[in-house]
Amino acid sequence: MLVADNRLVGPCATLLTLQYPGELPEMVAGQFAELQVPTAKVLLRRPISIHAIDRERNLVEFLIQIVGEGTQSLAELKQGDKVNVLLPLGNGFSYRTTHVARPLLIGGGVGVAPLLFLGQKFAAHGIRPTFLFGGRTEGLILRKEEFRKYGDLFMTTEDGSAGEKGFVTNHSLLMDSESFDRIFACGPTPMLKAVAKWAKEHETACEVSLEHRMACGIGACLCCVEDTADEGNVCVCKEGPVFNIDRLKWFN
Amino acid sequence: MVQLNTKIGSLELKNPVMTASGTFGYGTEYADFMDINRLGAIIVKGTTLNPRQGNAYPRMAETPSGMLNAVGLQNKGVDYFVDHIYPEVRKFQTNVIVNVSGSCIEDYAQCASIINTLDDIPAIELNISCPNVKQGGMAFGVRPESAAQVVSAVRKAYDKILIVKLSPNVTDITEIARAVEGAGADSVSLINTMLGMAIDAEKRKPILSTITGGMSGPAVKPVALRMVWQTAKAVKIPVIGLGGICSATDAIEFLLAGASAIQIGTANFIDPAISEKVVDGIEEYLTRHGFNSVQDIIGALE
Ligand SMILES: Cc1cc2nc3c(=O)[nH]c(=O)nc-3n(C[C@H](O)[C@H](O)[C@H](O)COP(=O)(O)OP(=O)(O)OC[C@H]3O[C@@H](n4cnc5c(N)ncnc54)[C@H](O)[C@@H]3O)c2cc1C
Ligand SMILES: Cc1cc2nc3c(=O)[nH]c(=O)nc-3n(C[C@H](O)[C@H](O)[C@H](O)COP(=O)(O)O)c2cc1C
Ligand code: FES
Repeated sequence: MLVADNRLVGPCATLLTLQYPGELPEMVAGQFAELQVPTAKVLLRRPISIHAIDRERNLVEFLIQIVGEGTQSLAELKQGDKVNVLLPLGNGFSYRTTHVARPLLIGGGVGVAPLLFLGQKFAAHGIRPTFLFGGRTEGLILRKEEFRKYGDLFMTTEDGSAGEKGFVTNHSLLMDSESFDRIFACGPTPMLKAVAKWAKEHETACEVSLEHRMACGIGACLCCVEDTADEGNVCVCKEGPVFNIDRLKWFN
Repeated sequence: MVQLNTKIGSLELKNPVMTASGTFGYGTEYADFMDINRLGAIIVKGTTLNPRQGNAYPRMAETPSGMLNAVGLQNKGVDYFVDHIYPEVRKFQTNVIVNVSGSCIEDYAQCASIINTLDDIPAIELNISCPNVKQGGMAFGVRPESAAQVVSAVRKAYDKILIVKLSPNVTDITEIARAVEGAGADSVSLINTMLGMAIDAEKRKPILSTITGGMSGPAVKPVALRMVWQTAKAVKIPVIGLGGICSATDAIEFLLAGASAIQIGTANFIDPAISEKVVDGIEEYLTRHGFNSVQDIIGALE
């Protein structure tokens, strides 16, 4: 795929837009892509969530946090460069099959990435979702204006620079557990576990997107496993990355 | 037209390109990306007599030009393979080879005897070199006596093509190769992964749940090439070369070193269609150099 645009959207984050050759395949929010990294310093592809799509122009957007060689090199891609991409991979959020009326989309750090696509999907179904994002400080909560186009955005920051001070699970939105009928969460594992615990305690349906280390991304190498109640170790890349928390063995 | 076909004992391969166990799933995972039937053979995941959960996550760490894995032979057991996977993989128009592992000699032999009954599995690859399991695996493959013992036991239970996969974690790989040749192996494949380790300095912790893991990828290629060259001179049975092959040129180097066929492992993760490209690349090389057959370059190091 060709790079249509690539620009910094935060202190250490880039928004990479790729032009799909031909018509975009069907994609579900929560699915991801495996991007080949254009440097010899990195061997394996990097898994990155689909951040948003533009069906009319056949564009795919990725929101990438720069954390190491691979993501640094992706951030340096220039318009017109070629990137080898496998997509779409994995299973996304189950917003289609379930009747969700009042979704809460919780994101931590760059975990907000797949939630824009999910917000777009809800908007297309006439539902305005609630976003609740957490970060260390305001500047690290990415693309706030873009999210506000599709839903209401609430925040928590650890230093209190935006929204409420603290973690997402302490936000006052969660005082009334009846406000939401399903939670969709993506972010660091400790945050996902805290969200899952809250959801369990308040009997709210909850899906989380995991970011395990991957090698193949297509279910062939068995490097990316998570333990499940029904099938033991399963591949996050193929069975996930999105899981209903009832399947995971986080609380026993 | 150049001839790409080669042989492993009496097993005919349409070309020397195979995919390495544990890196190609059951083939079906790659069907969207390439034509599996163009390969000489595919070697499916490590299979054991009983189901195995494998090791805890994290199981993977990327290293310079390579990776470490600690999967630990996760699989649903040979019975599940026979009932659920064999009916699918037998449809491929290529040789499907099962990689067999175990924690004791009896398990290896019993697993092999079950696979012996499957008409469309012409060969097994005996994994006596897995570094990621506590019992068995590599323990058998690092001493000539125990390697010969397990191969003899499997030879009695299995009458088709028996390939034995060797560990590079030994002082002299030719000694092990000769021992398994003596015990009845039809071929040896090498190398399995090299024992390695990765540490997260910030956290002061090992990255893999098992602390150590098996290293693969381009970084191991020079070691693999050396071992294939040494082994091809030491045994009469055909040698299958692997370790870090990422291109047709890499594959040709192994053929020149004496390998009758090659396997592609980690490179499948980077380009899921690489094995098909290697087939084309070998053909192109032979044409360019005026060879009629791939046999002309096997062991043809000048
Ligand atoms: C399904 C999925 C979707 C993802 N979506 C996005 C996304 O939309 N945007 C985004 O920015 N990132 C996303 N990630 C994470 C992203 O893949 C990694 O940040 C990236 O691979 C790091 O590559 P690197 O070479 O820059 O860093 P590396 O040099 O590989 O690593 C940098 C640091 O991060 C740590 N690290 C790297 N990967 C992981 C991991 N999986 N788990 C724990 N620690 C890790 C390393 O130990 C190291 O300390 C996703 C991951 C998965 C599995
Ligand atoms: C994720 C992974 C899983 C593997 N699983 C097996 C296995 O089940 N049985 C086996 O004999 N070798 C296994 N191997 C080893 C490979 O088949 C191969 O010997 C090794 O990776 C070296 O080749 P490469 O550098 O081309 O990958 C595995 C390797 C990797 C990377
Ligand atoms: S990354 Fe290979 S199985 Fe998931």
